[in-house]
Amino acid sequence: MAATISDKAAIVGIGSTEFSKDSGRSELALAAEAVKKALDDAGLKPSDVDGLVTFTIDQNEEVDVARAVGCGNISLYARVPYGGGAATGTLLQAAMAVASGVAEVVVCYRALNGRSGQRYSAGVSGTLITGSAIHYGYYMPFGLLTPASWVAMFTRRYMHLTGCTQDALFEIAQATRDYAVRNPAAFFYQRPMTRADYDAGKKICNPLTLYDCCQESDGGCAIVVTTPERARHLKQPGVSIRGVAQCIAKDQEEMTSFYRPDIARIPEMDVAADEAYAQCGLSAKDIDAAVIYDAFTPIVLWQLESWGFCKYGEAADFVQAGNLRPNGRLPSNTHGGQLSEAYIHGVNGIVEAVRLVRGTSVNQPKKAVHHALVTSGVGVPTGGAILGRMT
Amino acid sequence: MTPAETSAFEAKIRAYVGREMGPPKRGNDDVNLAMIRHWAEVTGDENPLYTDAEFAAASSRKGIIAPPTMLGIWAMEGYPMAQGHTGKVDVQRELHNIFEAHGFTGVLGTNTITEFHRELRPGDQVISHTVIDNISAPKKTARGHGYFIETVTRFTDQHGQDVGRQVFRTLRFMPSAESVAANQAQSGGDAKLKAPTRIQSPRGHDNAWWWEAIDQGKLLIQRCKRCGTLRHPPRPMCGECQSLEWDSIESSLEGEVYSYTEVSYPKFPGYPDPLLCGLIQLKEGTRLVANIVGCVPEAVHVGMKVRGKVERVDDATVLPNFYPA
Ligand SMILES: [Zn+2]
Repeated sequence: MAATISDKAAIVGIGSTEFSKDSGRSELALAAEAVKKALDDAGLKPSDVDGLVTFTIDQNEEVDVARAVGCGNISLYARVPYGGGAATGTLLQAAMAVASGVAEVVVCYRALNGRSGQRYSAGVSGTLITGSAIHYGYYMPFGLLTPASWVAMFTRRYMHLTGCTQDALFEIAQATRDYAVRNPAAFFYQRPMTRADYDAGKKICNPLTLYDCCQESDGGCAIVVTTPERARHLKQPGVSIRGVAQCIAKDQEEMTSFYRPDIARIPEMDVAADEAYAQCGLSAKDIDAAVIYDAFTPIVLWQLESWGFCKYGEAADFVQAGNLRPNGRLPSNTHGGQLSEAYIHGVNGIVEAVRLVRGTSVNQPKKAVHHALVTSGVGVPTGGAILGRMT
Repeated sequence: MTPAETSAFEAKIRAYVGREMGPPKRGNDDVNLAMIRHWAEVTGDENPLYTDAEFAAASSRKGIIAPPTMLGIWAMEGYPMAQGHTGKVDVQRELHNIFEAHGFTGVLGTNTITEFHRELRPGDQVISHTVIDNISAPKKTARGHGYFIETVTRFTDQHGQDVGRQVFRTLRFMPSAESVAANQAQSGGDAKLKAPTRIQSPRGHDNAWWWEAIDQGKLLIQRCKRCGTLRHPPRPMCGECQSLEWDSIESSLEGEVYSYTEVSYPKFPGYPDPLLCGLIQLKEGTRLVANIVGCVPEAVHVGMKVRGKVERVDDATVLPNFYPA
């Protein structure tokens, strides 16, 4: 049964800090700035906020963000687990809260010093806690320690089964790079990449090389969610949350679901996609543009299949036909993605999806964008959201 | 020691409290550029105030200064003393000899507290004057039972002005059996450096048995006692029938490569290079992650037949390795 939260909440504000490799300030400073910018964008005051949602791995305590920004009484605070898998999960929490009346103005935020502080590329080590440590214990002694290594294992299997080649991975990397070249906020602004550049990238975990892997960035992003009624009286045109869903699918592990009958796909994203579409009665043909979580190039392929833009095993052909490009079927990651703009755990992707619907992306497609898809990190429990113009 | 012996011993050591280690002593070398430069090089301190005369002259210091942390250096006896070649028995040495003669053979410098009263410049003399300031009551420490000795050194310059003060705290102790054993294990009998080893899995209720079997050279696969379903990695309940009863079977170690990657970057100490990780489909039906060894990376492919061997990979680790069959 599809949840009944479609169009019960709208995004009315977005805010980001600059993205960098060394912010020179605290994660709390980044969070506070992003939240304030999102509220300014919406034309709301800190005292209007009564809900805060973030990632479990975010280091900024709700009380600290609320005090720093000057919020009043907060009646909803919730966190979503599993790294980047939480991105659109924060929208689900916010939408449920405003739809039920538990809160009226909810800010989702994520801020990290992901390059100058703790780097996720350093992988797991012996200093993990309890359940997570036992789990990674089956991989650490063998040297399968980093996100790239886990994703490589799925990628090799997918390539073996579908005939997908490095050409498809290159196309995903270069498409985001070409968008970033025109985005002043992007790390790779004005720095295009040729196939030779790509092929010269350092070996990471084959088949993944350097430019198949996302940035490591410092920065913060925030999203303001409120009721459709209130959204009508604010500064920006409201962007409706048409559908939003998350999923832990059968036999899922955190990043290492190696034991399912088939590992060259993302069952949890299949489920979330079906649920999100069912909520709003839309399907893949209704989606005009997308922000597809791109911590690594190959994970884009599997998500295109999950969301029905192509059949299983056909994603390589889909991207190599230029469909992610400005005039393609599905202009995607138009900010440059996490491969080429910045890695803010997918929340910069939500910001971009809102811009696509508002019509304000620096790479706004020529065609009308009625609906944009945005997804969360995969390998972990994941999900996605379908955003549309408020009617 | 009997209580009588202990009080006789304590009377002997306490007689040293308040005694000077010797008369005030001028350092073997006055503050000089060469020693400053060596210190800055060894510690990697690139502050140009210590080595760049031109820069230092233009700075608020109006000339080169010595790193404050060198304060104690100027007064040190130097290498022959450290090697015990001087033959001199000063007051401090006498005190330590008494400790040693009574079984307090362990010695550990625990901490220092240093105050800096002014910056030193090339040409300054440093005169040190050390007093045995305090001996603690007997203490039980993790290293063993013993006493803390505190010395206080006052540093003055050629004008008799104070330039700094240092408290140095040392523990003399009777090494406990545990600490002797730990010390031996750590040094391996000689001073050889230990090679880094693989990161180990923590062991808890649900997985320790599996790793213990690996230690014994066996790769086990957990099996539900009610429905017979095999599962890996181990977990407490059968996902098929929810039974908590389980036993295990021993794997034949025959299988094939289901997927793989060569981990090139980053490199981790204690792991082989090249590092090949395989997702191995075992003949029994379950999969596991393990290293593929005994072939070049280019030879590995999906579907490659492999045969496993549970073997020691370093001083601390036994793992299943898979070789081309
Ligand atoms: Zn069972």
